[in-house]
Amino acid sequence: MNPSENHSEEAASDFLRRDAEKDLLRFSTAGSIDDGKSTLIGRLLHDSRGVYDDQLAAIRKAARGRPEGETLDLAWITDGLKAEREQGITIDVAYRYFATPRRKFIIADTPGHEQYTRNMATGASTANLAVLLADARLGILPQTRRHAFITALLGVPHLVLAVNKMDLVEYRQEPFDAVCRTFEEFATRLRITDLRFVPISALNGDNVVTRSARMPWYQGPSLLDLLETVYIGGDRNLVDLRFPVQNAFRPDMTFRGYAGTVASGILRPGDEVVALPSMRTTRVKTIVTRDGLHNEAFPPMAVVVTLEDELDVGRGDMLVHRHNLPRIERHFEAMMVWMGDEPLDPGRAYLIKHTTQTTRARLDALRYAVDVQTLNRKPADTLRLNEIGRAVWTTHRPLLFDAYERNRHTGSFIVIDERTNATVAAGMIIEREPAEQLPARMAPAAMPAPVFSPPRRRISPAEREQRWGHRAATVWITGLSGSGKSDVARALERLLFDAGVRPVVLDGEEVRLGLSAELDFSSAGRAEHLRRVAETARLLNESGVLVICAFASPTEDLRRQAAERIGAERFFEVFLDAPVEWCETRDTAGLYRRARAGELRNVAGVHLPYEKPARPDLTIDMPDIGVEAAAARILTGLQERGIVRVTPPVE
Amino acid sequence: MKHTLTHLQQLEAESIHIFREVVAEFERPVLLYSVGKDSSVMLRLAQKAFHPGRLPFPLLHVDTGYKFREMYEFRDRTARELGATLLVYRHAEAGRANPFELGTQACCALLKTQALLQALRKHKFDAAFGGARREEEKSRAKERVFSFRDEFGQWDPRNQRPELWNLYNSRIRPGESIRVFPLSNWTELDVWQYIHAEKIPVVPMYFARERDVIVRDDQLIPLDEGPVPLRPDETPQRICCRFRSLGCYQCTGAIRSTAANVPEIIEEMMTIRQSERATRVIDHDAEGSMEMKKREGYF
Repeated sequence: MNPSENHSEEAASDFLRRDAEKDLLRFSTAGSIDDGKSTLIGRLLHDSRGVYDDQLAAIRKAARGRPEGETLDLAWITDGLKAEREQGITIDVAYRYFATPRRKFIIADTPGHEQYTRNMATGASTANLAVLLADARLGILPQTRRHAFITALLGVPHLVLAVNKMDLVEYRQEPFDAVCRTFEEFATRLRITDLRFVPISALNGDNVVTRSARMPWYQGPSLLDLLETVYIGGDRNLVDLRFPVQNAFRPDMTFRGYAGTVASGILRPGDEVVALPSMRTTRVKTIVTRDGLHNEAFPPMAVVVTLEDELDVGRGDMLVHRHNLPRIERHFEAMMVWMGDEPLDPGRAYLIKHTTQTTRARLDALRYAVDVQTLNRKPADTLRLNEIGRAVWTTHRPLLFDAYERNRHTGSFIVIDERTNATVAAGMIIEREPAEQLPARMAPAAMPAPVFSPPRRRISPAEREQRWGHRAATVWITGLSGSGKSDVARALERLLFDAGVRPVVLDGEEVRLGLSAELDFSSAGRAEHLRRVAETARLLNESGVLVICAFASPTEDLRRQAAERIGAERFFEVFLDAPVEWCETRDTAGLYRRARAGELRNVAGVHLPYEKPARPDLTIDMPDIGVEAAAARILTGLQERGIVRVTPPVE
Repeated sequence: MKHTLTHLQQLEAESIHIFREVVAEFERPVLLYSVGKDSSVMLRLAQKAFHPGRLPFPLLHVDTGYKFREMYEFRDRTARELGATLLVYRHAEAGRANPFELGTQACCALLKTQALLQALRKHKFDAAFGGARREEEKSRAKERVFSFRDEFGQWDPRNQRPELWNLYNSRIRPGESIRVFPLSNWTELDVWQYIHAEKIPVVPMYFARERDVIVRDDQLIPLDEGPVPLRPDETPQRICCRFRSLGCYQCTGAIRSTAANVPEIIEEMMTIRQSERATRVIDHDAEGSMEMKKREGYF
């Protein structure tokens, strides 16, 4: 080897060695129109020598033929698509790359206008840091507030406010301080852990790459200095092991491993782990990669894990440490950024992709929408493109999640419209209330499939009525546990039976033993339980049967949904009114006792309020009247509504 | 303990994650193998993603008939050594249609874009890995990792799916497909550093040696491979050069260089001031031409 080759080898290997020690910073940029965002990025790329000569030449060529013979517009480096150059705006997220001797950078350059909130959220989702631009003359605009809100919402750990166009305020400190003060005041209402301010002139390069001599009053680092030195190692979650399984590998009879990317925490051979959702426990045998076995795996390493025991683990499952479990729920609450062209439709079935599983989901409640200018909450019944709100969802299969603020990987999900396959929303899970108390809603009735028509009915409702002597209806008896619903239902059944009617009783306790055996007492479980009851009642009604339902059904919303399903004209609501103290003395099922002892949760009247019906067909004061009289009163009510024509037997 | 990954390790992990997502969620993935350095890196990442198993998808080379001899040799040897299934698809006009008569854009549209769409349709592939990187070209800077294509294989830049975190939407209807770019966040320098660190074999054309070329519009056009019509004032010369990007021999220029191995290439890159696609004639025909090609179905 001759000396020059030797030298070249050394220089390159030296470079490679130093470069291998570099880490990676992903940052997003956002700013209002004309804040000079694209110019700033152009400046960073240009001054850090990331812009290649021929790309510059191409930009100059494209700029020729434009009306003014202006100087090179650095913004043109970043506005990539033709439509963007023609309109002079940035539409989509553009990813840009540059490196300095200290760090490598990926920029997600996001557009500023309101109609591109979704793109800003996209850029922020993977960012370690966000650079927000403000114009020193104009200060904090509504858009700046919106950007800051989205940055905080997406959990970007570091925020830099770059106060640009300092050259247009003669590089004076006062305007800079004023902008910072206003922003700080606003930012206290957001969850921003690390906030910095830098006065810059992107056009002239002041404080972008090197410290500017024109602002001696500013003692802090240049923007690039800050980007190069900000400590991001502490932003990762190394505590909670979450290993979502992507694929199960069985290349031959001897090897069985689980591929995935470590979302958080540290995994080591010998660790006792639980496979979720099966809850089976085993130990990690090895951590396999093509480069050999590893002593540990941490985020974001992509590895294959083998286990001591043969468990049935597959895609969508998760390996976690035994004493540190995520939430396992079908019912949860999240902040949503709506990204679909079509607004959120509460009646539609969506898909949720969370870690490595995709499952059907439906919206239970939209709690509010956020006005991102004022941060005020406002009631909403839908979310439109670029709107943000707080929603409650129920999924078909349980998700294995953590709150987003604790874990960006297990706390995030996307919503896919099953009909269009479009990605319509991003969600960040919040954990403020226990899942069982979140509002729930019955699954929407399936749309009748156009190819399938039910067998033609040969018996009309009128014929049935004539034969049985009554109309089909559902008597829905609601009230606190212990108010006497079952007893009244049975007494009413007897009265009707004796009068020649053939009634069917659906009773909460019985249905819970069979039809709804697997459901819990969470609000989601209760909604599904009552959905089944309402569907059963509807089917029986359609066959001419008179149904008596005895269910606590403690919320007005659920009863209304049941009525909608059954049909308002067939729904006869009876409220058994009794104070909870009175009901508790008649605690035959021991419900109150167990609730007070902490064995049961979510008992209406104890943990949850019971909402009295606003306009029941009949209200019966139970302590005053008693079971038999109550049943007789209901029968009279049914007669008055013309549901039952028979006369009750005279006593 | 630090528990941090270097830049290259992070990129590697991200790419592996993408490969595994696609294999888990699509029925018939394929890797578009173009023989170049990016394809070589993709192959290594795919091997890592599915270790200790074999590649769970075939390789597809869309062959215009005009690739360099060294590329064909390297392609066949690589597939053999990997034990991978190599599918070669040639358009009916491959090796006949040429850029001198058709112009570079029409030639590319026919032999690359059309051929690619035909091949994907023929094999009913629903996901195709490509080695494109966002850093390469302006319209690619806005490309998704999972790039949705309609049933005609076309790309609509105004109707792309938002891509957040590492959650990729892989839902498609029959006939539609996804182009997947596992190297989206890699730069040319990252690619070479990875090739060096991993000792990944690449086509020898990347290394400098004396070659017979003509100098045309600041480009060095190679003459070893096939007939290139000379203009009146052109005379073949012997120049020490190498290829920075590989394509068809008529449309791929070499650069003057003495970098004869990977470390020297990296060193050269530390000082070079030209982007890699500068030697690809097709990108320069019209402003925004890559964007137009992508809309038509190019990857």
